[in-house]
Amino acid sequence: MTSSIRIYVPADAAAVSVGANAVAAKMIQEAEHRKIAISLVRNGSRGMLWLEPLVEIETPQGRIGFGPVGVDDVASLFEAGLGQAGKHPLALGIVDELQWMKQQTRLTFARVGLIDPLSMEDYKKHGGLVGLQTALALSGADIVEQVRASGLRGRGGAGFPTGIKWKTVHDAAADQKYIVCNADEGDSGTFADRMLMEGDPFTLIEGMVIAGVAVGATKGYIYLRSEYPHAHAVLQKAIAVAQESALLGPSILGSGKAFDLEVRLGAGAYICGEETSLLESLEGKRGIVRAKPPIPALHGLFGKPTIVNNVLSLASVPWIMAHGAQSYADFGLGRSRGTLPVQIAGNVKHGGLIELAFGITLREIIEGFGVGTLSGRPVRAVQIGGPLGAYVPPEQFDTPMDYEALAGIQAMLGHGGMVVFDDTVDMAKQARFAFEFCAKESCGKCTPCRIGATRGVELMDHIIAGKDRDQNIKTMRDLTQLMTDASLCAMGGLTPMPVLSALNHYPEDFTRPAMPLAAE
Amino acid sequence: MTKHMQRDEAFAASLISEHLHLEGAMLPILHALQNEFGYVDEAAIPLLAEALNISKAEVLGTITFYHDFRHEPPGRTVIKLCRSEACQSVGCEELVAHAKSHHNLSMDNTSEDGSVTLETVYCLGNCALGPAALVNDELVGRIDQKKFTQIIEHAASTAGGRS
Repeated sequence: MTSSIRIYVPADAAAVSVGANAVAAKMIQEAEHRKIAISLVRNGSRGMLWLEPLVEIETPQGRIGFGPVGVDDVASLFEAGLGQAGKHPLALGIVDELQWMKQQTRLTFARVGLIDPLSMEDYKKHGGLVGLQTALALSGADIVEQVRASGLRGRGGAGFPTGIKWKTVHDAAADQKYIVCNADEGDSGTFADRMLMEGDPFTLIEGMVIAGVAVGATKGYIYLRSEYPHAHAVLQKAIAVAQESALLGPSILGSGKAFDLEVRLGAGAYICGEETSLLESLEGKRGIVRAKPPIPALHGLFGKPTIVNNVLSLASVPWIMAHGAQSYADFGLGRSRGTLPVQIAGNVKHGGLIELAFGITLREIIEGFGVGTLSGRPVRAVQIGGPLGAYVPPEQFDTPMDYEALAGIQAMLGHGGMVVFDDTVDMAKQARFAFEFCAKESCGKCTPCRIGATRGVELMDHIIAGKDRDQNIKTMRDLTQLMTDASLCAMGGLTPMPVLSALNHYPEDFTRPAMPLAAE
Repeated sequence: MTKHMQRDEAFAASLISEHLHLEGAMLPILHALQNEFGYVDEAAIPLLAEALNISKAEVLGTITFYHDFRHEPPGRTVIKLCRSEACQSVGCEELVAHAKSHHNLSMDNTSEDGSVTLETVYCLGNCALGPAALVNDELVGRIDQKKFTQIIEHAASTAGGRS
């Protein structure tokens, strides 16, 4: 088999959604038919989603990409001689040298798309487990200090310094502590967690093990949203492989330290991405938000000290441990250190994932990487940071993509997702949707969120219908102030952000000729 | 699973007890029941309350809190159509209108012949290749009206979709 040709066809859910499984099956069939020895690897996605299914063929010069490849293109790739198919109409050149790839700083996503996600051998060959081995030689306090010094901030959206959270759990005395990974990636426009879990699950597992070793926790949970069945299947298999290879179990890499891990599925509740609601859900209850304090670091899962971190925060830790805190902190800008996986999505020509040091502007992402809209119409708005994030108009596209700069324009980074809209978007409808979403997904514990969201939908219906517009807009502003100030968590507290950004940047959409009441 | 089997209480009870050793066993049990029967029957409520030593109200409260758990059997094919912002930007609401006008299918309902259930979902993580849907747990991207019609017609003509 040594002379067989290595061919990569992604098994990432996005690639599968546009036919990657059929392409992979056809590859095998065609190879058998032509009696050509191939070894087919189902890798993760490189993040160039508009090129999926992106087939790669290994050559002495590097991996040549072809995409998007349909089932009907497979035979012609064989005709063209596979590795010699550089002149094929779908040939893209050496993948690592493509503009999209070259401009990135891939730390957390270094292996995603490159390796077989479930091969421990591949993982080690590409630098896996070095971070954990480094960590095992240090004291818990030293590991925590490394994470603090790296400047890593929670990648879930809130941006809280990860090292401080870890220190609190480290310093707490308890018979049992937990590491909980928040993989409830519910924000529209985000898929980085999913891509990492499907493309390089051992990185997340290694990050969780390091967290466990650092703070003295022996049990971890990955709380995964049920909307990700593909990621669920990959994680289950990865955990089994990790247990066989002593990355999980009673003695991690023979160190005598124990850590084990389970995946738990959510059940379609957006609010369970909020950490205290997530903990309630893990405990088997309704996902009702808890009042803080006490903070989960001290009083978390089943009342025990618990680290709750996003997938990307935990998956950044192995790199930090392997390369040193300072190397990580050397990337970035101001108080936003390291790299950020940006996801560009929606009505965009070149959608996908790019990992970049903080500081790149929105324009460079939307126009440089995204190359404008899929529809070919002008960009009118970009929603950043999910359904609770602001709609940003083109006048503000020179803002850098970092926590503080976005806060400065009343926007937020969130989980790094950007959804592009063309000029057919009706921003009054988007504002209405923000309230509607909040009404559907509110846990119901606090009044500003539970009642406010429903009142917001009613107000938007009146505004769209042209009823007492000035008065209703005034009332709506007042309502958003109340929700911002008095909601228990970010669900009610940030729903005003998309609403107000729509109203402030696109007032003309709120004074259009009256529309009949919206259907829903 | 095509016809929705009469709930078998002994079987449900064994599914419940299989998961009782887990910390926070409620959601794993509810998922197991739904995987098996396609929905969570109300007859499961007293069984869960007994097994977990909590009140029936708490069990009902938990089941109804989560959008995933159905209270009646779904159609043979379940289509979960994403309706969040990224899919809105590429026309998912036009698909919703199309399903109604061309296939007489309304959101969060099952077709009269029991072939298709169309459900709302908020984000499937396929935001760069929308509109997206999960069709019996298979992710489909770049759904236009033609593709959507194919999915629905295929579902209508299949005897069994769910497994």
